[in-house]
Formats: sequence, structure tokens, C-alpha cells
Amino acid sequence: MTAAPVPKIRIRGLTKAFGPKRVLDGIDLDVPTGTSFVIIGGSGSGKSVLLRCILGLIEPDSGVIEIDGENVLTANAARREVLIERIGMLFQNGALFDSLPVWENVSFGLLAKRGRGNRITRAEARTRAATFLSQVGLDPSVGDLSPSELSGGMQKRVGLARAIASRPEILFFDEPTTGLDPIMGAVIDGLIVDCVKKLGSTAIAITHDMASARRIGDEAAMLYRGKLIWQGRAADLMDSGNPMVDQFTHGRREGPISMELRR
Amino acid sequence: MSSGPWRARAADNVAPVAPLRVPPGVNAVLDPVAALGRAVLERVRKSGMLALFALEAVSHLVRPPFYWRVFLSALIEIGFFSLPVVALTALFSGGVIALQSYAGFSQYHVQSAIADVVALSVTRELGPVLAGLMVAGRVGAAMSAEIGTMRVTDQIDALRTLSTHPMKYLVTPRLLAGVLALPFLVVVADILGVMGGFIVATSKLGFTPDAYISATFAGLAASDVLVGLAKAAVFGFLIALLGCYHGYTSRGGAEGVGAATTAAVVAASILLLAFDYLLTDLFFAS
Repeated sequence: MTAAPVPKIRIRGLTKAFGPKRVLDGIDLDVPTGTSFVIIGGSGSGKSVLLRCILGLIEPDSGVIEIDGENVLTANAARREVLIERIGMLFQNGALFDSLPVWENVSFGLLAKRGRGNRITRAEARTRAATFLSQVGLDPSVGDLSPSELSGGMQKRVGLARAIASRPEILFFDEPTTGLDPIMGAVIDGLIVDCVKKLGSTAIAITHDMASARRIGDEAAMLYRGKLIWQGRAADLMDSGNPMVDQFTHGRREGPISMELRR
Repeated sequence: MSSGPWRARAADNVAPVAPLRVPPGVNAVLDPVAALGRAVLERVRKSGMLALFALEAVSHLVRPPFYWRVFLSALIEIGFFSLPVVALTALFSGGVIALQSYAGFSQYHVQSAIADVVALSVTRELGPVLAGLMVAGRVGAAMSAEIGTMRVTDQIDALRTLSTHPMKYLVTPRLLAGVLALPFLVVVADILGVMGGFIVATSKLGFTPDAYISATFAGLAASDVLVGLAKAAVFGFLIALLGCYHGYTSRGGAEGVGAATTAAVVAASILLLAFDYLLTDLFFAS
């Protein structure tokens, strides 16, 4: 009898409340190695908080978060840093550093690891940045521009180049197509799928764009009021058999989910 | 967790608590006291947070890596780009002191003390305080706005995901730059403040250049200048600390960043004057 493979990310009983509002209410989730996992849910359902808990940006109230079987929450600060270094993230609005040119944004993670076994020079980092920019379909000359000179789509691509630059084992995507036109959204989704496959990474994307969810994901889950109410194949999202998921994915006004105007 | 359902059941079984009956008029007296208490507790909490923030930022000075490029950039921003505003402020202030002193001293026929008064006022007080207030308005606000914008646009979270400690990268280099750049600015302010007095005294008040310069050096001790420089280093630390702290802890989009920027300048200006009094009392009271 062989033991079940350890999931890349394993979450058990994760809870987080802000004051009286319970944002995560006992999340259990396994993300197998190499899987592209999509989490859908309405605004304020806790998707971003879940990602930020895994990244260590928000401390959960209780629960277990394991990466490769190692509990991140009980690890000491130095070990936690090592575990978090395995994760790359594309932020919703790009979160590019305004004060740095694009090439330095892309190679920021590489330069940050100088002195920790990584002997990369600034000239080498600049060359590597040009390669990563090419990978996301941008001309290397973009590297000399400031982030404020880029369009929304270009900023997302630069954010993606920055996320993959240190070849992370895990990639997070926070609403990767928000604010983009449908064609640019499809382009970004395509780049995400290519990058994840090329790196062999495990990916978690959170979105409420159904087309994007089906393009990016192998597996999917829906978060509602801090709980995972459905989990299945991303291909089944539009026909899940769960009335809540069906209402959400088809954008129906009527159904079991009532829009909360104020809590 | 087991405590959740248990708490829910226990709450279901407890009869609702009747509101406390207080005689009419008591609330009108107690409410302001309660509000005052809340405000004091909040101030104490924020002071504690600021102290912990400062301790952590300083501790990163001895824990590598140190971000030299950020440090040099902040040093140039504070030390070089603040030069014109500090220089002009000091120059005019030196001239004003000479004029005002003459108006008062001439009644007692002690005009010869003007050079002494200008030199002491500028090196001990006006140089550090005016440079500090100018830098607080110019650089403290800019630091708070820049770091605050980084906070509300997820750039600080992005730093964490790129193997970079935000305090180490954003705060520690700026604190060191503030401590080193302010004394340099005060040296410039001292020279130009004395020069402002010299220009007014020799062009309008009938002093000869030789007599004014001799009187300036005769009345000035090295400790006057050195204490002014020590004050400047403290002010530089306070300005950078409050600019970074308010930016780092800002919340709520553009409005939050604006509020943080205002708070940084106001707090830095008040603390700067309070520390000026304490340091003056420490060094010169005896």
C-alpha cells in the first residue's frame, strides 16, 4: 500500500475574522503539485484574504497551512521566509514599484537574493529581465520605461514577468484579468498557462471572471461567506449542479445567493 | 474549533442583560470623561506602536542586508534637494535677527552684541529648528506619501513576496539618511544665517566687516555649533521616523494617504519643537 502523495499546499480549518466579520470560516483545501487551481467567489467572499494568509501577509486566527507538508504558521521567522520564497505572486493591480524602471521591477527578486548564494550583477539582472519581458510578449526596450508609462495590460505582463523571474514552485494570481478588455484578458490568461506549464509550478488563481477561470484552471472551488461550498473540475464550473455556483457562474439575479447591500 | 459552537450555545441560554439604569444627567457628565479616557488610551497605544516601529527599524541597521542605493537616494533627496529652501530660510532669518536686535539693543547702546546674538541664535536654535521644520514639510511629507501609496497599492506586500523585508528596505535607510543629512544642512544654515546677519549689519547698521566677523568668532564657542548639530541629528531621525511610520501604517486609499501625510508633518513639527526644548534644557540650562 503506497502513501497518498503530499499536496503542494494543504489547508485545514483556516479561520480569520476582522472584528465581528468572519472572513474565513474553517477552510479545508488540498492543492496537488502541478495543479492549476482556481478559486471563484463574489467580492468580499474572502478570496484575497485566503491568498494573503498563505503568503504570510495576514496572520490567520486558527488553522493549518502546509507547503510540501511543512506547517508555515508554526515555522520560525527564518524558515517561514524560506517557505514563502517558493511563492511568486501577480497582484490584482500589478503592484509594480513606481520608483524603479521596469527592468528593475522584473529582476527585483533576483537582486534581493544577492548575498544569499545568488551572485547576480545588476548588468546580468538587466539581461535576465529582458528575457523575462520577452517571455510575456513585451519588447526588451520596455525595461527602460517607468511603470506609470505602461498600459494596464502591459503592467499585468510586467507583474507576471516579475512573478516568474525567480522560478517559483508556486504561483498566485489575484484577479489577473480585472480591468482588462476581453482580448487582453485572454492574452494574459494564455501567458499564465504557458508560464505555469513551462515552470511546472503549482498555481492558485482567484477570480470572478468565469472565462478566465476556465482558461486557467484544472481544478476549481467556490468560496461563499468564508466557506468552500463547492469543489470540482474547472471545466464543470458552468454546469456544476450546485445552485449557488450555477447562480454565480451564470450571473443570475435570482437564486440562493442574495446580494448583501450592507452587513 | 470547539469553542465556537460552545459559545453559540451558551449565548443562546443566557437571558439578555437589562441595560444599566443611570440617573438622568449622569451620562451627560460621564460621556465626555469616557471620550477623554478613550482618546488618552488611543494616544498611549499609538505611542507604543511608534516606539516598537522605531526599535525594529533601528535594529535592521545591524542586520544585513543594508540597501545602500535606497540610502544614497534618500540622502540626496534630504541633503541636496533641501539645500535651497534651508539656505534661503537661514539667510533671511539671520538678517531679521540682526534688524530686530538692533531695534532693541540700540536703546541700551549695546549694538555691539548684535553679531554675538545672531551667531548664538542661529547655531543653537534657528539653524537646527528652521532646517528641521523645512525638511519636515518637504521630505517628511514626501516620505509619508510615497510609502503610504506603496501601502495602499500593495507594493509593500509585493516586497514581502520578493524576499525583501519592507522595514529594512523602506524605513531603515531613510532613518540613517535623515540622521546624517540634517547636520549637514544645519552647517549650511549656520553659515548662511550668520551671513544674513553680516549682510544686514554691514549694509544697513553701520558695522565694518572686520568688526562684525571678529565679534562673531569671539562670541561663539565650538559647543554652540556642536550641540546644534546634535539637535539636527535627533530632528532628522524624528522627521524620517514619523514620515515612514505614518506612511507605513496608512489605510484607505488616497484619503488615507493624504491624512497620513498631514499627520506626519504635524507630528514631526510638534515633536521637533518638544525635543528642541528638552535638548536645550539638557545642554544649556546650567
